[in-house]
Amino acid sequence: MPPSALQSAAVHVRDVTRDFGSGDAVTRALRGVELDIPHGELLMLVGPSGCGKTTLVSIIAGTLQPTGGEVQVLGHDLVAMSPAARVRFRRANVGFIFQSFNLLPALTAVENAAVPLIIAGWSRARALPAAAALLDRLGLGSRLTNLPSELSGGQQQRVAIARALVHEPRLLICDEPTSALDAENGRITMELISGLAVRPDRVVIVVTHDQRVYPYADRIATMEDGQIVSIEARRRGEIGAPSHDT
Amino acid sequence: MLWIAWKMLIGNRAKYLGIVFGVAFAALLIAQQSSIFCGLMALTVSQILDVEGAGVWVMDPKVKYVDDVKPMADTHLYRVRGVPGVDWAVRLYKGIARARLEGGSYEQVILLGLDDTTFIGAPLNMIEGSIDDLRAPDAVIMDIVGYRKLWPGEPFKRGRIIEMNDRRAVIVGLARARKTFQSFAVVYTRYSQAVRFAPPERKVLSFVLAEPAPGLAAAELAERISAQTGLQALSRDDFLAKTIRYYLLNTGIPINFGITVGLGFLVGTAIAGQTFYLFIVENLRQFGALKAMGTGNGTILLMVLAQALHVGLVGLGVGVGLAALFGWSTRSFSKLSFYMPWQVLVITGVAVFLIVLLASLLSIRRVFIVDPAIVFRG
Repeated sequence: MPPSALQSAAVHVRDVTRDFGSGDAVTRALRGVELDIPHGELLMLVGPSGCGKTTLVSIIAGTLQPTGGEVQVLGHDLVAMSPAARVRFRRANVGFIFQSFNLLPALTAVENAAVPLIIAGWSRARALPAAAALLDRLGLGSRLTNLPSELSGGQQQRVAIARALVHEPRLLICDEPTSALDAENGRITMELISGLAVRPDRVVIVVTHDQRVYPYADRIATMEDGQIVSIEARRRGEIGAPSHDT
Repeated sequence: MLWIAWKMLIGNRAKYLGIVFGVAFAALLIAQQSSIFCGLMALTVSQILDVEGAGVWVMDPKVKYVDDVKPMADTHLYRVRGVPGVDWAVRLYKGIARARLEGGSYEQVILLGLDDTTFIGAPLNMIEGSIDDLRAPDAVIMDIVGYRKLWPGEPFKRGRIIEMNDRRAVIVGLARARKTFQSFAVVYTRYSQAVRFAPPERKVLSFVLAEPAPGLAAAELAERISAQTGLQALSRDDFLAKTIRYYLLNTGIPINFGITVGLGFLVGTAIAGQTFYLFIVENLRQFGALKAMGTGNGTILLMVLAQALHVGLVGLGVGVGLAALFGWSTRSFSKLSFYMPWQVLVITGVAVFLIVLLASLLSIRRVFIVDPAIVFRG
């Protein structure tokens, strides 16, 4: 990526470290991570368990502070931000799709999808129709009033996608979005993410182990032992596992 | 967000009911025991409350409470009547007498001797006969609870005879009177007759009942009477307070009820606190997701407090409702005293508020320190 592109990168991570524990028991989860992601890109973060993928996306999402380094996301310096400012940043800019969906079991599908709008201060009267419209686009128009327990895994993930996108975030973090789904639902989920979520003004980061979803990536960053060991540019639709060249 | 908090709370039906049960149980215990305590305290002053119309009670300076009768000379009546501002003043005899029933058994009764002319202090609610029947020779009126106690299951029999101090007394009426602390039967008669039913003493006047002239406050008249006669004169309200204070300070009643109320508070806090804590812990992931999506700790605190307040209000309603139902269903059971003034509701409400506050404070720390990144763990 050329320097000018780096400066305009939506996500700019430099020499980021993150330690857990203290004293002799300290564990270094990230060891000087460097990463830039431009607007409009769907980046996949892959690597073995415990390599630091989740720690890195937590830091990029503003839910975790790095021990050292520089993190700029959408023009915001997350390291310098106060905790309250990071909360506001997440509320306005970040959408999440979680491995285990994390839907609120007491809320219906449409209510779950409307949660980010309600957190942002929208009234229910405004938020619920907006969420219902998005769920309708995701093919869940007939399941709006169902509780999560009444939905299949694929349907729950679609509700989670609606929840992640309903407030038009500029950064979408997807943590293993297909790992709890069968192949068909995994494919549908990734089709929806790449079709609905990827936009020129948005960054999509997908943490995954699932090689079947690699064709949806613009680039694939491979992590090992707290570092990014390779970044491979791809054209969406290209089949195959990433090589390990940096 | 409060709507989300409410949905989260009632969404877990079992936990929700568990927390409400804990709070309701505590509220029930606190309200019920406090009401019985108030009922007992009301018993101690029932005979002051039963005397309508007199604003000031005058008595020996050493009297500590209504049952602590220290007889005075009859001449004190005239001294009281001589105090400026006294509209009228009459005598009242109050004592314990031993009544011999037809079968030869003896029962203690509370003997009240009313002013022969005015019958001030007479029961207002007559069930059989009338107050004027007291003008007949040897006539007495008995309270219905006492009558049922002395002659269980028997209908009222006008003209029934008992003996007090070897003198015959004829029951000519039945009245409704407040239950007394000693649970003795209450016998009303004329003052002149009461002193003959009572064991012979040199001084027999128990109280002088006085009414202030129009426009004069009872407390002010009481001060004047005390200053001029050297007797103890108290407004009706002050005498009520003095009697209740005596029982509070000199009996084990408050401690015993206080322990039960305290236990109710502790048990309620333990049940509600533990269940609420478990509810919060089970929902940590959901709170984590909300935090990840941009919900601040202040909002989370409000959500938890709103959940606690919700269960508190529902539990308070259920608990106080059950306590009231208990009181209502046992209203005809004469041995149980139950009185639920508004203060009991306030006390129970404050206790429940403290319980849910403690329960939420126990839990809130867990939510505050939960890492929003928890949602990334599978």
